Amino acid sequence: MQKYSVFNLIKNAFSGHQNWEVAWKDPTPKKSYDVIIIGGGGHGLATAYYLAKEHNITNVAIIEKGWIGGGNVGRNTTIIRSNFMHDANGRFNEFSMDLWRNMSQELNFNVMFSPRGIINLAHSDAQMNVYARRGNSMRLNGIDAVLLNREEIKKIIPMADFSEDVRFPIFGGLMQPSAGTARHDAVAWGYARQADSMGVDIIQNCEVLSFDVVGGKIKGIRTSRGDIKAKKIGLCVAGSTSILAEKLNMTLPIETHLLQACVSEPVKPLLDHVVTFGAGHFYCSQSDKGEMVMGGDLDGYNSYAQRGNLPTLQHVLTEGIAMFPFLSKLKMLRTWGGIMDMSMDGSPIIDKTHIEGLYLNCGWCYGGFKSTPASGWTFAHTIAQDKVHKLNADYNLNRFSKGYLLDEKGLGTKTWIS
Amino acid sequence: MLYIKCPYCGIRAQTEFAYGGDATVKRPELNKEITDKEWDEFVYLRKSLRGKHLEFWHHISGCRQWFKVQRDTTTHEIFKTLKPHEEL
Repeated sequence: MQKYSVFNLIKNAFSGHQNWEVAWKDPTPKKSYDVIIIGGGGHGLATAYYLAKEHNITNVAIIEKGWIGGGNVGRNTTIIRSNFMHDANGRFNEFSMDLWRNMSQELNFNVMFSPRGIINLAHSDAQMNVYARRGNSMRLNGIDAVLLNREEIKKIIPMADFSEDVRFPIFGGLMQPSAGTARHDAVAWGYARQADSMGVDIIQNCEVLSFDVVGGKIKGIRTSRGDIKAKKIGLCVAGSTSILAEKLNMTLPIETHLLQACVSEPVKPLLDHVVTFGAGHFYCSQSDKGEMVMGGDLDGYNSYAQRGNLPTLQHVLTEGIAMFPFLSKLKMLRTWGGIMDMSMDGSPIIDKTHIEGLYLNCGWCYGGFKSTPASGWTFAHTIAQDKVHKLNADYNLNRFSKGYLLDEKGLGTKTWIS
Repeated sequence: MLYIKCPYCGIRAQTEFAYGGDATVKRPELNKEITDKEWDEFVYLRKSLRGKHLEFWHHISGCRQWFKVQRDTTTHEIFKTLKPHEEL
């Protein structure tokens, strides 16, 4: 594989950048693989990469219905954080943070990881207490957390509305300084390029039609590009999980919902952090191009549409303007939607299934992007060793029937107040 | 904007309504021994169909009645609305 470096950049400049190697090949599917990963998004590509790198399993195919990175890894708002209260979520996402910090070097692809810090605003004394508790839990798990009062917040984001006569005045906030953003497309491309170089077949425009299960064991899949046998299969298809589960006669504790995001026209640098509104569901950061990147609530009803509806966007942006009044002066550049695999407790599922050789990775709700490396790493471990790693042991499928829910913030299929 | 025909009030904008989820899920019978599996199925497991989906909506900023809607989860087209006791 050709290394991406300043020397290669200069060298290729002499030939007008016409002779770069392709970043990944376009292979024809083989008759059989050791492992098939269904879904060429961030999590699927990361899984294939870690299978090859950590477990030396390279006879792997990624089967993608569309093109790689065309789903949620290219539709999210690029936020990376580990500001969780529950131990299982804190451990898992802080492990993810460790992988993010070294990702550009490891993948030889600039993912533009920018640890600019995230601030969750608080709008009441009670909310400050809740944040103090969450911050303490984070610090006990070795995650950086700083509780900021109103004056300290004002120094960091003076453009927010600090009036006292508003419905939700700013009391303070909780900051995780090491949180940040990354260039989401680069994450998909970086993992794809490295996985491909280690022998993984990335097969695009290939739809899974049905599964071949014999005597409780997975044997292979039927696809739009022929039958493919495999010893092990991992499902990594986010919002399409329930569609594939139906083909396997499985009913899962998830529903597919629609989530929107949007960016404003680009403006000069003014927001250095990721900021979330504490009295609703709105978050905002500024991209390197200068666009304000914003998102918030689910549209609120089951949907596979990948496009949003105006009332929710209006609701979310109303919250945004309450927090940052200047947003009302900006024109909207783009809005889009993605379909989320919303689990019933708001936490993901990375587990084996009752079918031998079939593994499940789903339930990422609002926050799959930040977990991309840890999800791929632990899913690869689960597939390769046929047992869960301690990092994803709590993300099991039977926690619902057993009553061990991981209800971090009361998020899930239902929007908070509707 | 979705326009939903409340069986009691007629066609209204989506903003008057709240979503109530899959209407085909049946609560286990009262006063009967119920297994963990049955509870799991009722409380947590959902088919999450792509295509025609029968679901509950609540006319929360209107008559406050619950009712059923048959809607396509890919196109958002609404085919039919029913009172809660009515079947398709």
